[in-house]
Amino acid sequence: MQLIDKSKVKEMIDLLIDQDLYIHLEMTMGAYASHVDSSKHPAATFISNAVIRYTHGSISGNGPFRVGLKTSQGWIYSEGLTHYEDEDVERLIMAGHDSQGKLIVALQLSREPF
Amino acid sequence: MESRILVVLPHPDDEAFGVSGSLAKYIRDGAQVTYACLTLGEMGRNMGIPPFATRVTLPAVRKEELEASCRAIGIQDLRLLGFHDKTIEFEDQDKLDGSIMELVNELNPSLIITFYPGYSVHPDHDATGEAVVRTIGRMPADRRPPVHCLAFSKNHEETIGKPDVIIDVKEFLLKKMGSIQAHRSQFQAAELLGNKKMPDKDIQDRFGTERFWTYRFE
Repeated sequence: MQLIDKSKVKEMIDLLIDQDLYIHLEMTMGAYASHVDSSKHPAATFISNAVIRYTHGSISGNGPFRVGLKTSQGWIYSEGLTHYEDEDVERLIMAGHDSQGKLIVALQLSREPF
Repeated sequence: MESRILVVLPHPDDEAFGVSGSLAKYIRDGAQVTYACLTLGEMGRNMGIPPFATRVTLPAVRKEELEASCRAIGIQDLRLLGFHDKTIEFEDQDKLDGSIMELVNELNPSLIITFYPGYSVHPDHDATGEAVVRTIGRMPADRRPPVHCLAFSKNHEETIGKPDVIIDVKEFLLKKMGSIQAHRSQFQAAELLGNKKMPDKDIQDRFGTERFWTYRFE
């Protein structure tokens, strides 16, 4: 994973427009959040290999970044993205890592299931 | 002496801190150990510092780490059961219990090690312990192998009391550190040992004892 290059990510978003894609979308504070600090509210959510299709999408911010993908009936939104997989030319693999390197958010799009 | 031990835990690395020293000791004394790991920890948050794994590559990375950890401990038989991280509590119970029963029938273990249901913090830990206890609880009482449980939730001793199995693993700390360090995406363990060949007193105090509760079936 590399730090996000906005223009590279935008190219990939454009490349994947208007086709059925498998999405992995996730946000997590970690299963031990409230064990480590009882004031923390543990929350996590993910959806894996749902099929989506977007008509328009972009990346914004100066890092951490936001991505919004407009679908025919609604939106896909993710904030806090810091890294992307620069060696993957078929899929868009993005994640946000916190200051300790832990994954806190992920947005992945692929023509094949994950 | 234990002859055949079945360890049932949900994530690669669950063995490292709580049980690896005891397993190394049992194995030194002649035990055959089968480690049934339910998932590949594919939803883990740690990807290394700086991140060298991704959500996509993490399962393969953690599988290799798990194999390295088993080599460090000396575990002879690793089984990957193919369940998905974070989903054990939602999994089809018949399928889950069936896969555990199958192992018990095949191996006829003299001891089973798992998490204490309800006292193990992570939902996958609790669900794994529940599945083991449910499965073994269905066996006739005189055929049940003892189940030793790990527990580490806050204030667990207030309810389940003190551990009844306390194992001194100081002699096996190099193997235990080898297990911990094998999980390099998960633990930044190098600093624990530094360049020292032998674990120092701090490490002996912190990691030299492993504690288990024998599950009491009704």
